[in-house]
Amino acid sequence: MAGNPAEKWQGGLLGWVDARFPLSQMWNEHLAQYYAPKNFNFWYFFGSLALLVLVIQIVSGIFLTMFYKPDAELAFASVEYIMRDVEWGWLIRYMHSTGASMFFVVVYLHMFRALLYGSYKKPRELIWIFGVLIYLVLMAEAFAGYLLPWGQMSYWGAQVIVNLFQTIPYIGPDLVTWIRGDFLLSDATLTRFFALHVIALPLVLILLVAAHIIALHEVGSNNPDGVEIKKNKDENGIPKDGIPFHPYYTVKDIVGVSVFLMVFAVIMFFFPMGGGLFLKPDNMIPADPLVTPELIPPVWYFTSMYSVLRSVPDPFLGVVAMGLAVVMLFFIPWLDRNPVLSMRYRSFAAKFNLAAFVVAFVILGWLGLQQATTMISEMSFRWSLVYFAFFFLLWFLSRERSAAVSLILFAVVVGIYTLYDITRFDPSDASLIMWSWLIPTVHLFVCMVVPVFARGLGRDRAVPERVTS
Amino acid sequence: MANQGVNRGRRRFLVAATTVVGGAGVAAVATPFLASLQPSARAQAAGAPVEFDVTEVEPGQRVSIEWRGQPIWIVRRTDEMLDGLSQVTDRLRDPDSENEAQQPEYAQNEHRSIKPEILVLIGICTHLGCSPSFRPEIGDPGMGSDWQGGWLCGCHGSRFDMAGRVYRNMPAVDNLEVPPHHYITDNLLLVGEDEDGGAV
Repeated sequence: MAGNPAEKWQGGLLGWVDARFPLSQMWNEHLAQYYAPKNFNFWYFFGSLALLVLVIQIVSGIFLTMFYKPDAELAFASVEYIMRDVEWGWLIRYMHSTGASMFFVVVYLHMFRALLYGSYKKPRELIWIFGVLIYLVLMAEAFAGYLLPWGQMSYWGAQVIVNLFQTIPYIGPDLVTWIRGDFLLSDATLTRFFALHVIALPLVLILLVAAHIIALHEVGSNNPDGVEIKKNKDENGIPKDGIPFHPYYTVKDIVGVSVFLMVFAVIMFFFPMGGGLFLKPDNMIPADPLVTPELIPPVWYFTSMYSVLRSVPDPFLGVVAMGLAVVMLFFIPWLDRNPVLSMRYRSFAAKFNLAAFVVAFVILGWLGLQQATTMISEMSFRWSLVYFAFFFLLWFLSRERSAAVSLILFAVVVGIYTLYDITRFDPSDASLIMWSWLIPTVHLFVCMVVPVFARGLGRDRAVPERVTS
Repeated sequence: MANQGVNRGRRRFLVAATTVVGGAGVAAVATPFLASLQPSARAQAAGAPVEFDVTEVEPGQRVSIEWRGQPIWIVRRTDEMLDGLSQVTDRLRDPDSENEAQQPEYAQNEHRSIKPEILVLIGICTHLGCSPSFRPEIGDPGMGSDWQGGWLCGCHGSRFDMAGRVYRNMPAVDNLEVPPHHYITDNLLLVGEDEDGGAV
């Protein structure tokens, strides 16, 4: 059936519908006859899990909206009312707050999967772009939602983030007043964040998710070997290494869903605060514009970017660096020109680069939760360099480079931040500046200089014709 | 329909003209939506000035009042605190308050106030808007032995002296802002309005 309308099911209710709406055709195109590579591993759970969390968030969010009051006078009390008086209200709220953190866990792992297997490379650039847009909207959605309980952390977290726009030259102060709708963070801000959180951003999110999946189904899924399965088709035009998404992967994903829901339930029932990472004790105090909490760390999923912000002394340049940390993601498909997709067949240098990026992301995330001391700021700066060096090295490792190019570029890049270190040199922090200098330098050295002397470490391996296992 | 006799010039003109008119329409419709996000008339009215009797403040004490939802600090500085101001100048970023946006003209002096001992400040860190904590003690052990009193922002560690002037190499680059204010009588302070009636 499918594809060809003449062969459509002729009778029954389905036939009646199919004559008026392409139901069977859609079912087949996206599930029963959507051929996915047969070698998916567990990394491929996270796409469908992200979809599951989106549904959880929408359903729990709809029910929270029925009890929540978007009013600076009433918001905090209405959340307490949900927690104490609404039947099962505590469960629905914890589902939503746990879901927010889980959304980012799943999305970060999903993005890592794309980096691991080169899923952003031709012809999947647009899938990646839609994905990064989803990530951006998700951050805005999470940020707007975090203000709604109107606790101290909600209030001051939003205060710090909104004020980031104040650092923009000339228009900053007026822009911030416009965003807040008042001269301070107030009821006007709360109501507009509520509107964005419950209607505007979710709509955009759903549209982007649809675009992401449509683009994916147009070009087909990548796989852990990074082999294009459409190059090897049988006489019926079906990829030899492909299996129908339904029932094979729908059933496989159910296993992933079961495991995920177990983890989800354990957090929701036993650790809903996530040790202060998911919900902060300070947020159980109503917002007070006159009292600032001692420490205002953002929620864990923002802390990596926040560390990048704090690593730059100049406020506006800090905001630019933080923005760049996200925007750089958009350029990945065009920075990495290496024809080998999967890390399985990439060189040691490329693997090391990705590992360094992950380590930098995690360490920056931890640093962002700490009170800013000289040590923490210095570490933020060094690991931010590693974070940005990753993008440079993606480009650099696109092909094997000659010894001269490798050494010259290494000297130039290391020279740039070493020069900066000299201008800011302060005898009281001398040893800190000197040993922390090694952090980005080792990263660059392993990826650029080591392959010059051990050619094998810089060489990609041959990619097999067909997928393995 | 045949394409013969199509007047391409006229077609292009019509397409361009409808696009321009349609674009103007979109811009016109967007205006009320974008403008609605500005502070409402009520929010603007809530920015009215507030009165405060400075005799309520003891020497060395800081009192916080609210104006436009922001904390306004009123500090009566002791003589030691005032003496400390000149001792820290070489460690400050803008000791002479040269950035005119951070204080009205009448507060552009060493003590950044109309009366030397009474300091009026907006208690919001000029970095990212946290409210710094008051550390008035000279030589506060947590702040270093050469500390002459001032404020420490808990968020990102910016330090300010007893006139709200920021130290060098801090996340904040501007001194704390002095709001427009004047004295109606000798001790009655009005925050939010200059002597000549100008607000902000």
